[in-house]
Parts: sequence; structure tokens; C-alpha cells
Amino acid sequence: MLQDKDRIFTNIFGWQGYGLEDARKRGDWDGTAAILARGRDAIIDEMKTSNMRGRGGAGFPTGMKWSFMPKNSDKPHYLVINADEGEPGTCKDRDILRHEPHKLLEGALIAAFAMGAHAAYIYVRGEFAREIKHLQAAVDQAYEAGLLGKNACGSGFDFDLYVHAGAGAYIVGEETAMIESLEGKKGQPRNKPPFPAMAGLYSCPTTVNNVETLASVPTIMRRGGAWFAGFGRPKNNGTKLFCISGHVNNPCNVEEEMGIPLRELIDKHAGGVRGGWDNLMCVIPGGSSTPLIPANECADALMDFDGLRDLKSALGTAGVIVMDKSTDIIKAITRLSKFYMHESCGQCTPCREGTGWMWRLMERLNAGNARFEEIDMLIDVSKQIEGHTICAHGDASAWPIQGLVRNYRPLIEDRIRAYAGILQAAE
Amino acid sequence: MPKLTIDGTELEVAQGTSILQACEELGIEIPHFCYHSKLSVPANCRMCLVEMQGSPKPVASCAMPCADNMVIRTASELTHRTRQDVMEFLLINHPLDCPICDQGGECDLQDQAVGYGYDRGRYSEAKRAVKDKYMGPLIKPFMTRCIQCTRCIRFADEIAGVPELGLLGRSEDVEISTFVEKAIASELSGNLIDVCPVGALTSKPYAFAYRSWELKRTAGIDVMDAVGSNIRIDSRGNEVVRILPRLNEDVNEEWIADKSRFAYDGLKRQRLDRPYMRVDGSLQPVTWDRALEVAAAKLKATAPDRIAALAGDLVDVESVVALGDLMKSLGVANLDCRQDGAEFDTAHPAGYLFNSTIAGIEEADAILIVGGYLRWEAPLINARIRKRLLAGGLKVGVIGEHRDQTYPHKYLGAGVETLQAVASGNHEFCDILRSARKPMIIVSASIFAGGSGIALQALCRQAASMFNMVTDGWNGFNVVHTAAGRIGAVQAGFLPQAGGLGTRAICKAAADGRLDLVYLLGADEIEPSTLGKAFVIYQGHHGDQGAHRADLILPGAAYTEKTGTYVNTEGRVQVSRAAVFPPGEAKEDWKILRALSALAAKTLPYDSLGELRSRMAQIPAFRDGATPSPSGWGQFGTAGQIENRVFPAAMSNYYMTNTISRASVTMAKCTEEFLEFQAQPKTGTEG
Repeated sequence: MLQDKDRIFTNIFGWQGYGLEDARKRGDWDGTAAILARGRDAIIDEMKTSNMRGRGGAGFPTGMKWSFMPKNSDKPHYLVINADEGEPGTCKDRDILRHEPHKLLEGALIAAFAMGAHAAYIYVRGEFAREIKHLQAAVDQAYEAGLLGKNACGSGFDFDLYVHAGAGAYIVGEETAMIESLEGKKGQPRNKPPFPAMAGLYSCPTTVNNVETLASVPTIMRRGGAWFAGFGRPKNNGTKLFCISGHVNNPCNVEEEMGIPLRELIDKHAGGVRGGWDNLMCVIPGGSSTPLIPANECADALMDFDGLRDLKSALGTAGVIVMDKSTDIIKAITRLSKFYMHESCGQCTPCREGTGWMWRLMERLNAGNARFEEIDMLIDVSKQIEGHTICAHGDASAWPIQGLVRNYRPLIEDRIRAYAGILQAAE
Repeated sequence: MPKLTIDGTELEVAQGTSILQACEELGIEIPHFCYHSKLSVPANCRMCLVEMQGSPKPVASCAMPCADNMVIRTASELTHRTRQDVMEFLLINHPLDCPICDQGGECDLQDQAVGYGYDRGRYSEAKRAVKDKYMGPLIKPFMTRCIQCTRCIRFADEIAGVPELGLLGRSEDVEISTFVEKAIASELSGNLIDVCPVGALTSKPYAFAYRSWELKRTAGIDVMDAVGSNIRIDSRGNEVVRILPRLNEDVNEEWIADKSRFAYDGLKRQRLDRPYMRVDGSLQPVTWDRALEVAAAKLKATAPDRIAALAGDLVDVESVVALGDLMKSLGVANLDCRQDGAEFDTAHPAGYLFNSTIAGIEEADAILIVGGYLRWEAPLINARIRKRLLAGGLKVGVIGEHRDQTYPHKYLGAGVETLQAVASGNHEFCDILRSARKPMIIVSASIFAGGSGIALQALCRQAASMFNMVTDGWNGFNVVHTAAGRIGAVQAGFLPQAGGLGTRAICKAAADGRLDLVYLLGADEIEPSTLGKAFVIYQGHHGDQGAHRADLILPGAAYTEKTGTYVNTEGRVQVSRAAVFPPGEAKEDWKILRALSALAAKTLPYDSLGELRSRMAQIPAFRDGATPSPSGWGQFGTAGQIENRVFPAAMSNYYMTNTISRASVTMAKCTEEFLEFQAQPKTGTEG
């Protein structure tokens, strides 16, 4: 279990104030100029040493991502900060914006410096009205204190930071859709290549980073990449915020070491599963798009990228959704399926047409009004979507359904039989 | 130069070539919907996915640039299966109403479904239906058929410059729509029908008329403006039923303007289908023999200096050469082909042609537009300028009316004064022209019509010289004409001969009673009342202004009914083929003139089109037609005093500029829809 001295987010519960004064007491903005004085390459190397993998869901190594930004370019560089946290079951970035906004701002400055970006945009989910207020207040404080703006922190580096509110679209959390939306267009993902590091915002080199990733950067810089890399298993290092929700006694956001066993996470921090561990049905480990893990696999599940991949699921955003045996799992996944249909941007054929098909099919399976072979067809359709779209939304819509059928096929078949029985009885 | 392997064939392609383009080079067809070679690449239809070695997912070949050592498989199991998958998705919500769809037979979706569609559907849920939109009198939307490829949006945004279409909503509820459901206000809107790969956007005038495979296709040249767009005339029996563009990268690329596409219904109305003669004040039908006899007698009996001949805007080179030969053999000097009264020096072809060529616009880096309204006068030249502008690094200045050009430009001023300031180097825009590597001036020929044309031409030439617009390998002096027959007639020498009168002088002389016989070859744009008491012979195809004034009518053929040569504003010689026969007793124009010449005892020395073409070949400009030869640079125009005035647009209504478009119902509807200033208050009896 992570010791208090090793926590990055010391105010994630909001027991102290979010303002600059309180943040400074927690160590934020301490010697930032000295960190910047180490130079671009040193900062990027430190990030590479830390083995930090992006906390937005895909888990791409952050240091490597930063190093993709061109060194010599006559175009302006941009940093875009992804605060469009919309994945159901995930609420970590929200608490960072609420309680630890200065960590994010400092991290943004360091990251922007490492990439030669003089401007950054924080794209905040529009529904986060209070969080935007906190964030904007923090930005204003930082400007006033000379931490941002011209000669930020006295480092000689000019850095401007803008807070931008979204308009309510899940897909804008996808990095290229976010760039489109920032440009004032409809939030639709762009085809890659070109990748944002080559042509992103306004066709200029751009890096998009998650809030949690950037908010961890100042601490990594101060305590060293090796310290961060000291946690967790190889390639899955560091600490991570886990959001535990659903049928637990004490739903919470908690920072833990990567690779913590799922059972320990739930029992220690969330007060255990409602009705005891044996009442557990399944867990969606990484936000709603990741396939569920049935109870029998949960006991040994290790909460990191590779540990969950081995269980045919994914760490995603570490939004742990716990479901006990009272859950109608078919109905639950049907609801997720509807969410993914509704949030598809509608440009790629497979996702636009396929998500609606899957949802309608799920509705019928939920009622039992289907034939057995339609379960296979559903999997077939989900495979037809998966990997055939511009962005990962297609995959995200397919995985929960694949997870359901993989683990609970008998349940679905029972429901079909029951429905047929009702029909028969009615005749 | 990346080297890659496609289906086992190694090839080297230019940097930036997409996999799809590389496949096309190899002759491998990749099915696609959203990709269009002239539009940006969104890669959203996912039909063109191909297998790439080393990639866990198939890649969109339209957007993926070729790179070294790529191994692409377009015929693999995975690729084929992927196409089938995407096709299935496309079809689940498609109405599959091919038998009643106008796109049937020329539909990308239909064609590709043959290759990749399953023979039965697995989708048993309710299908999506989409409410139809109103898109004006030209485009008939049927949005349930739409596959959301967004080609139409990109065409409107990128080519037409009217960002009125968008993808509204999200997920499976996305719809293509204009934001407030209005007609697409563009002169290029008809091309949306062509870019739409399915039957979502079809032609309203052509709706439910014919199936595409029932039509005869003829390669023609458009005469609605002087661009000389290459068109395909589709006919059924003796009726032109639609007009489509033909690819010609040098002229119209693959677009045509709306007037070219939709004015064809004017070919069926107001037609002159038999000879008429004015008897006791009213026109009476007569036989060809009688009509020609009367015409010949008039020609023989009238002194040459009391005869004048005017050629109209739509004339082909064949008939204007024949009329010119006949008139010159009679000794008539009063000839002109510029009905609008434009005066310009024809001493050197560079003085009245679009010398840079239309494709040459893409090399220019500064353009000065003088007069007129290019968007109406030559929509495709305007579209080329927009294309060049979007590519970056072009600055455009406009002198004339301040109107929406569809692209950002600097408005310099309204008329002569501004042009004089620019030509003498005293204008802020001059710095841009001076620093440009390939500057260009585009002059609307309409400015030559308001008087002092030759002095204005000299002024434009002065501007061209001032900013080094003519250098080795670059001629930036350009004139845009609006009449399809104008350049051909000018180059055929259908101009005032020594001591002869020009258009305005002819009208004045006729009004004063100094002319006894005026021969109008399709000339309808002059005010008929100005012709006084002269005997008017009108040879043409529509009962328009000229025919109303005529004393004798010789019915000719419209451009779809004769094989004729047209010279566009660049000086490009192109041949249009006859798609149908002229209606009734109407004849091809050169044949009428040949018959008339025999009766007038001045028999023209050609009995067939071939012999007439040999005669035309004696004129150097018509000898080689494939590409306009650079006309070099020479002296033209004479500097002189010019009264300050503004340069108005050449036309007040884009949709009705000649006899054919004035007779067209579709064009009348467009006028009502798009030109609000023409809208009349409804009286209740307007029909």
C-alpha cells in the first residue's frame, strides 16, 4: 500500500484549499525555475526515466510522446491539456481540477517548456462548471504571481495558458477531436497520419496530454524519475489515481501504486464490496469502455496496463466500476451500448451504423427477444466495427459487449429461453 | 521517392502519394466513397481499407501516404472481408430503392455493392429514415439514401466557396443539411449532384426522366459562357435530356456551371422550327425556297454599303466564317460580332485572350481583377482562382463592383480612377503586384463596352507592363469574355472591314435610315428598336428579340444540334458534336448560308463540313486546336482620355444571359430563387 509520503496528490480529498497559498504549502511551484533551467532534453529524459505512461487511457509513454515534437520548427508549438473527462466511471481529473489545479498548471508549464510550446489550452468538459471556476481562479492567481505569462516563474520562458470549456461531447476527449473542437469545428476525430506532433492544432506541432499525467510531472521532476519508476512493475510504473464506484461501501478516488491487486484496492480503500467479497459479480476495471472481469478473476487481478491486458481487459482510465450480484449485467451493458451509440460522432461508417445496430440488438437480448445465433452475430458485428474506424470509439463500443458475451453467454441464453417460455405460456 | 510493394509488385511513387493513388497507378481499383481526387481527404467512409504488413489494423488507403518498405495487400482475405463489413454497414440503413432512384445505373454504392455486398441482410431492426431537405430548384435531395460521405460539404466549402452545408447531429442521426434549409446559392451547385456517390442529391429538372443507360452520350462544348467547358450531352431520341461535365483538367476540370448544366430545357422552348416572313406586319410561315429566294433577292438588290451583318454570342466558327465569306464577297464592310458594343484592339491576339490559360492561374501569386463579376461571367475561372487561393500564397485585388467573390480579396475601387492609379503605380496594391513572381491581370471584356474601350485596353496593358506581368514563359495579361462565339468570330475576322461600321455605328446608321438590310446571325442582345426601318434577316434558333424584329427568319440549329467549332476565352479551339437534329425544318447554320450564297450568285466554295473546315484552316488561329498556343506579346490599344466611370457587372442576372437560358424554365426558377432583387410582390395571379 502506498505510503503517505509518496503521494503526489496530497489534497485529492479536498481537505485543504485549492488556492495558490495552500498549494505552495503542499510544495507546488517550488523551484519551478530551477526545473526549467535543467533544459528541454533533461526534462524529457527525466520523464523517460520515470516510465510514466499516459494516464488518459491509452497508456502511451509520456516522455516518448514529448520527444516526438520537432526540435527545429518555424511554426508555433502547442500543448493541449485534455480535461474532457467523460468516460463513465472516471472522476480523477475532476478532483484534480477541483482540489489540485496548481499541480496541473505547474506541470503544464514544465511540459510546454520541454516541447517549446508557448501556449497551452486546457480543454475542460463543459459540464464541469465548478471545476472551470476553480481552474480559472488558479490560472488567475498564477498569472498574478508571475508563475504564468511573460517570463513565467522568472525562467525567461513566456507561457500563456487558456481555459476552454467544451460543449458536451464524449468524443471530444479523443485528442484529434479535441483539436478540431478547439479550432471551432465540430468535434470529430481526424484521420492519422499526420499525427498531432506533426500537424495538430492549426496544423502546428501539438501534444495532447491528460490532466493526471501533467499534474504528476512537477513531483516527478522534484523527486526524480527513478523515484516514480520505483513503484509498480516494469513498464507499469508509478502511482495512479483510481476511481472506485458502484456497489462498494465507500466509493472514492484514491492514489495507489500501480499494480495493486484489485481486491486490495476495493477492500482497503472502498470499504469492500457491498454484502462482502462473495457478493461480487464483476468489475469493469478501467472505465466503461473496458471489458468486464468476472468475480472469479477479480481476486488475482493486478491493476496495471499489462496485468489487465492479460485478463483481456484494460486499465484505461482506472475507473473501477464494481457490480454485485444484484446487477442485471445484460441491462447494464445495454445501457453502456446506448451511451456509445449516442456519443459516436457519426463520421465513420462502421461506428455510425454499427453502434446503433449493436444497441438495438442488445435491447432485444436484454428482453430475451432474440435467437441464439444472434449472439454470435452481435460479436460478429462488434468485430466488424473494432479496428475499422478513425478513432478508438469503435473499439470502445465493441469491448463491453465482447466482455459480456465472453463471460455471461449462458445468462443471455437463459433470458432468451425465459422469453420463449413466456411466449409459449401465453399461447 | 518512397518504394513500396503492392500486391507483390514493387513500385516507386512520388513523395506524398497515397496508397490509393499508388494503387490506381498500378491499375488496381480500390473501392471508395468519401475520397474524391479534387477534395480534401477525411477518410471516413472506411471502404478503402487495405491490409498493410506490420499494422494490426487495416489502413485507410486514401489518407495513408506511401512510405518506404510498405507492403500492401489489396486482394487479401482480410481486405476483402473488411470491404464486405463496411458495405454491410452502409447498406443496413440505406433504403435499397435502386429501382426508383435516379442514380440507379450510375451509382457508386450500387456498383460496389455488386462486388462487396452480401446476398442477404442480417439487419432486422427498424431502418433509419431522414426528412428531406429543401435545396432549391436544381437539387433534389433524398436524404435517406445519404451515406454521409461528406463529399457535398467539402465541395461547397472548398470548390464553390459557399460553406452552407454541414453534418448536423451525431451518431447515426447525423444529417447533411443547410443550416437553415435554403437553396445552395452557388453557380456551381449542380456539381453536388455529380460528387454525390449515391442518389441522395439528384437533379431536380431531370428527376424520374430516364435511366442513364437509355441515353446516347455526345461530347460537346458548352456555350453558356466563354470558358468552353467540356460537356457530355445526354440525349434520348431527338431530345437533350441532361448535360454533364466531361473531364478536362485544362479548362473545367470536372465541374460545370449551373447555367451550362441546367439551361438545356430552353432548347425545347421558343424554337424557330420553320422559316417565317413578315407579311403585312405579321410573321407568316413560308417555305425554305421562298425564304431563301427573298433573302438572296434582298442581298443582290441592296448596295453593299447599305448592308450590315451582326454575329451573335453563341455562333460557331463554321457559320461565322461562312457568313463572313458571303458578306465579304458581296463587298459588305459593316460586320461585327460584338453585340455589346465592346471596342478592343484586335491587332494582336494577346490583347483580347486569356493568355495565362485557365490552368495557368494555379501558378499565379498575385491577381488584379478589373471589372465585371467573374463569379457570374466565368464561374469556373473564378473557381480556379479560389482553388489557387486555398493552396496559399495568392493575393487578389478587385476593381469593379464590390461583391462576394467566394474568396478573400482586397477591394481596390470601383472603376477607371482606381485602374489608372494602379496602372501608374500609385496604389497600395502595387507593392503586392511588384513583389509577385507571377502577377496576373484579369480584365473583364465588359469594361470595353462602355466607351473608350481601346484606351482602357491600353491602360490595362500599361498595368501589365508596369508590373512585369509578361516575361519569358509567363504571360499574365488576361481578358475574360462572356460570349462563347466571340473569340472565334474575332479570329475569323468578323469585324468591321476597311471603312465599315461597328455594332453601335450599325445600329445608329440603321436607325437613321442609312442601312437597308441587316443580317443577324443569332444576334439577340441588341435593342431591336434601334434597327429602324431596315429589312432584318434573322438566322438563329430561338424566337427571342432578334426574331421578333425580323422581317425574314431562317431557322438555324442550337449548339447541341450541330457539329461546330468554338474558341474559348483562352483561344482554345474545341469541336462540339451534334447530339440531336434541329427541330422541324431548321437546318445547320453553315448549310443555310451556303444555300443562300448560291442563290445570291456568290456561291461559297465548300459543299461539305470537311471542305468548310479546310477553308477555316486557312486562318492560323483555327489550325491547331488541341492547346492554345502562346500568343506572345505585342502592341495593342491606344492610350487616350478616359472618362471616369465605374465598371458594372456584365450581366444583371447570371441565369438568363442568352436566348437558350432565357427560354429555360429552370433558369427562370433560379432567377426567382436566387436573385432577390428581381423578386416581384405576389399579385395572386402570377400562376
